[in-house]
Amino acid sequence: MAIKVNVPGLATTVQDLGRPGYYHLGIPLSGAMDRFALRAANMLVGNDEGAAVLEAVFMGPELEFTSDAMVAVTGAELPPKVDGELRETWASFRVKAGQVLSFDFLKKGARAYIAISGGVDVPVVLGSRSTYALGALGGHEGRKLQAGDQLPVGAISKSVKEGLSVPAALRRGPTNIAELRVLTGLYWHRITDAAGNQFFEDVWKVALEADRIGYRFKGGKPLEFVPRTPPFGAGSDPSNIVDACYPYGSIQIPGGTEPIVLHRDAVSGGGYFMVGTIISADMDLIGQLQPHTPSKFVAVDMKTALAARRDRAAMLDKVRTALS
Amino acid sequence: MSSRYSFGGDEHIFVEVSEEMSLEAFFKTLSMTNAVRDSKIKGVTEICPANASFQIKFDPDVISPDDMLRELKRLEQNAEKADHSLKTRIIEIPVFYNDPWTHETLMRFRERHQDPKSTDIEYAARINNLSGIDGFIKAHSGSPWFVSMVGFVAGLPFLYQMVDRKRQIEVPKYLRPRTDTPKLTVGHGGCFGCIYSVRGAGGYQMFGITPMPIYDPKQEIKYLRDFMVFFRPGDIVKWKPIDRVAYDATVADVEAGKFAPRMRDVTFSLDEFHKDIDGYNHKLEGALNGN
Repeated sequence: MAIKVNVPGLATTVQDLGRPGYYHLGIPLSGAMDRFALRAANMLVGNDEGAAVLEAVFMGPELEFTSDAMVAVTGAELPPKVDGELRETWASFRVKAGQVLSFDFLKKGARAYIAISGGVDVPVVLGSRSTYALGALGGHEGRKLQAGDQLPVGAISKSVKEGLSVPAALRRGPTNIAELRVLTGLYWHRITDAAGNQFFEDVWKVALEADRIGYRFKGGKPLEFVPRTPPFGAGSDPSNIVDACYPYGSIQIPGGTEPIVLHRDAVSGGGYFMVGTIISADMDLIGQLQPHTPSKFVAVDMKTALAARRDRAAMLDKVRTALS
Repeated sequence: MSSRYSFGGDEHIFVEVSEEMSLEAFFKTLSMTNAVRDSKIKGVTEICPANASFQIKFDPDVISPDDMLRELKRLEQNAEKADHSLKTRIIEIPVFYNDPWTHETLMRFRERHQDPKSTDIEYAARINNLSGIDGFIKAHSGSPWFVSMVGFVAGLPFLYQMVDRKRQIEVPKYLRPRTDTPKLTVGHGGCFGCIYSVRGAGGYQMFGITPMPIYDPKQEIKYLRDFMVFFRPGDIVKWKPIDRVAYDATVADVEAGKFAPRMRDVTFSLDEFHKDIDGYNHKLEGALNGN
């Protein structure tokens, strides 16, 4: 079976859980920015948790089905419609051959995950179906969807009931002010103590330059650097370092002005200092932030980071139990 | 040289071998990342060497961050003893310096440059005390370069010039990054050269363009069929200046599937290199030319 893309949406891409193992060659993990939502969407339609789905940002696509399928939409509140009739998010619903799946306006969040029973069956490249658009790799022809694309869908492995849903308490959406927990480190020592305090006190806002590569934040005060003689090879700006690797979730601040948090399609390295890294438990949340969302960085220690990671895993287990 | 360790969140350890760039720091980085690979520590998912630092990504559900840190520190002691030699390859990369495509691009972004009145290559020649474009090309292509990191975007090599520090070309990055760079641009920022593997944003000065593709996600180009990325850290590169006619001929050869990169396997010894830099480079070039 195949799905015909009538209208592509803003930047709809095929994503799964990503492509580990090639970051040392500049090929990033990619995959769903909100991995929890991807897993939940797949469970709702009876797929393996890591099957490929469509990730739609801000605007949904319009898709025409050529055979019957079970569908679920999770993540952002982007209400799905079947032949114009509204359906619930975070719940499974049937789409029959010839019917059209479209979307109402975005109510909350940024990225919706559209799982289709059988999974989107584009070719596996380096172990994953995820799209890495900057490198024209994976997904559907290495790019975001275009009108007229035909997406292959895999064979249905397990049939599930219509109306299955994730309990509201287990859905994680963005709050009014996003709190992003940070483990400081990397080149934290490059800024003064006063600047370090300021960084955590300021309320930042998500900038318009926020995509799968990274999220930029604006509105905080510029950071003051500790004076130094530039090390050979680093460059003269106080925010420069000898080009190094960038962790996923690392926070670089070019020129000390606007922090950029690298996400799933991260550039793998470069010459800007980083003040720390967003903890793994909060990476999904970043993928659901809209531009202008007020955000605070909150300093935590490793113990808290690991506890938060366990909490997220426990939450996912509850979804598994609820849907089994 | 004692390394500085830092956690990058709960999934990465970042190790700064040296704050400043040097071949010694690069060699230690390579031997430490090789040691991590060989040790097959459970839970390691990515091993990423950079110029003078490296990064390990791990799954904290499999190995605790503290245990991971202890393993790396243990490996550092062994890496100190590693000999400074490397089995690698030397590759000739043709470059059309001062080409019309990077020229068109640099003119479009002139207001983002330190010196809007000259081109990138004229500016780089002047601040490095080289005699004009010709003098610059001679210095740039006169000695081999080490690939000291692959990354930023897919398959992009960072290159470090194999001459003593006072002869290394150094230039600042653009005041504000460009939003466009032609694919296969040969660039330079700080002390590092690079080849842009894909078209896109960039902040390095632009000196020329190579007709030799280095990244092919479709894997249609013959020498990229086994793997889509050409470079690996430790490769040695020798630039070969070419003119428009040779550039066009090579592009046609690549399209016809007739082009194969010129390269030879070599063993590089850092100690021998330091004893006589120019003499050693001459020998490397000889190996490339089949002597």
